[in-house]
Amino acid sequence: MGLLLDALAAIGRAVLRACRLAGAVALFALEALSHLVRPPFHGRMFGRAFAEIAYFSLPVVALTAIFTGMVLALQSYTGFSRFNAEGAVANVVVLSITRELGPVLAGLMVAGRIGAAFAAEIGTMRVTDQIDALVTLSTNPMKYLVTPRLLAGTIALPLLVVVADILGVMGGWVIGTFKLDFSSAAYLRSTFDFLEAGDVVHGLVKSAVFGFVVALMGCWCGYTSKGGAQGVGGATTAAVVSSSILILALDYVLTEMFFAR
Amino acid sequence: MRGDGDAPPPKIRLRGLRKAFNGKVVLDGVDLDVGARRSMVILGGSGSGKSVMLKCILGLIEPDDGAIEIDGRNVLAMSRREREAVNDRIGMLFQNGALFDSLPVWENVCFKLLAQRRIDRRAAREKAAEILALVGLAPEVRDLYPAELSGGMQKRVALARAIAAQPDIILFDEPTTGLDPIMAAVIDGLIVDVVRRLGATAVSITHDMTSARRIGDDAAMLYEGRIVWTGPAASLGQTGNPIVDQFARGEREGPIRMELRR
Repeated sequence: MGLLLDALAAIGRAVLRACRLAGAVALFALEALSHLVRPPFHGRMFGRAFAEIAYFSLPVVALTAIFTGMVLALQSYTGFSRFNAEGAVANVVVLSITRELGPVLAGLMVAGRIGAAFAAEIGTMRVTDQIDALVTLSTNPMKYLVTPRLLAGTIALPLLVVVADILGVMGGWVIGTFKLDFSSAAYLRSTFDFLEAGDVVHGLVKSAVFGFVVALMGCWCGYTSKGGAQGVGGATTAAVVSSSILILALDYVLTEMFFAR
Repeated sequence: MRGDGDAPPPKIRLRGLRKAFNGKVVLDGVDLDVGARRSMVILGGSGSGKSVMLKCILGLIEPDDGAIEIDGRNVLAMSRREREAVNDRIGMLFQNGALFDSLPVWENVCFKLLAQRRIDRRAAREKAAEILALVGLAPEVRDLYPAELSGGMQKRVALARAIAAQPDIILFDEPTTGLDPIMAAVIDGLIVDVVRRLGATAVSITHDMTSARRIGDDAAMLYEGRIVWTGPAASLGQTGNPIVDQFARGEREGPIRMELRR
């Protein structure tokens, strides 16, 4: 009986801790968002964060998208050929890429690259008193460090996903045309005939949410880090892990909202 | 002749300042007066709460109890906006400089002026050269990044940043820690010089007795969460207070006991 109560108490404590953490992150996000409508605005910091996400993440997202499209074409061809449904390869590639794989894979790549970078930079600023220094220099750290990054993440990831969608479909087309002997025109016609605007738009909305989450967790983990180099290392790991898990969990929630019939 | 009741209030007055972290009492009723245009040095061992006290004055840490008056007004009772206006008149030199790695020296130095829109970026670069000259640095330094500077140069840049907006209160957190004796003497000289030039009130915390005598008009000893002595900085070592004298002479034996576990 005692053991059971101890186990229940441990579970209760964990749930309370999780609730407290979720509440703290939500308040952190709300405070950062409130600075979007209160001047001054730090356009330079937004530009820097935007370039970091949209421009410098482009190669890794592009490579991921191309190879994913290629693998998807190969795998779906293998499966569909067993039912004489090879013609559906192009449809499967375009729908998978635009609805799911584009946003999710780009989100995960950006989580690894940008979430870690944000957490490391802000975490280092925290443990070296640079955030306190901002306060003494008449600058609100949330407004200067967090708000521009959240905005940049929310805007930049959808743009990356547009590129990922195009390159992913192109990867499928390359395999379909040059390896699986589809006619180029037929493959492209099949791709665009079945594609609806909603597929792309919903994917972009997902990616905006993922971009916000990646930036938020990077900033939160960095902002609350403590304890020197080890603390910054822990914050970096926590940012990548938490944003990756949240991307996958939110992907399910958003898919239910947008696509479940 | 003016009576005591007409005397101007001290620039900074702390009364009954208390702060505890997770039950551990760090400040246990600190009372301290710092006169206008005076340079006060706060002494105390590692972990005695000196930095916490400075951070309370700056508003970076909220004390549990007590009052912090600046120019006779309790800043703890002020609105956020009023508090920010008071903080705008305070400059701070952090222990490790706390320069922004991602910005060149000139942006670091003029950060506050740029943040307050008192200057545009082109003028800020020129202004930075003027302020750097006050701390003995050449104009070429302004285009370097903090990582490209030596420890002494970083301290000087941090000092330049602290004085750029011409504050009337400047706080120094261990200004000579990690510097060789000659560079420490240079930094001390610069601190004395800029504080006099600005007519500012200075509060410094340090372990370095030589530095304390050089930069301080007055000194105070923080021990076990309270100010146990205040007096002229020049008298350090011969104050007659056993705690202060032991600390100033760096003696093992005396009322201050270090907790060592064997």
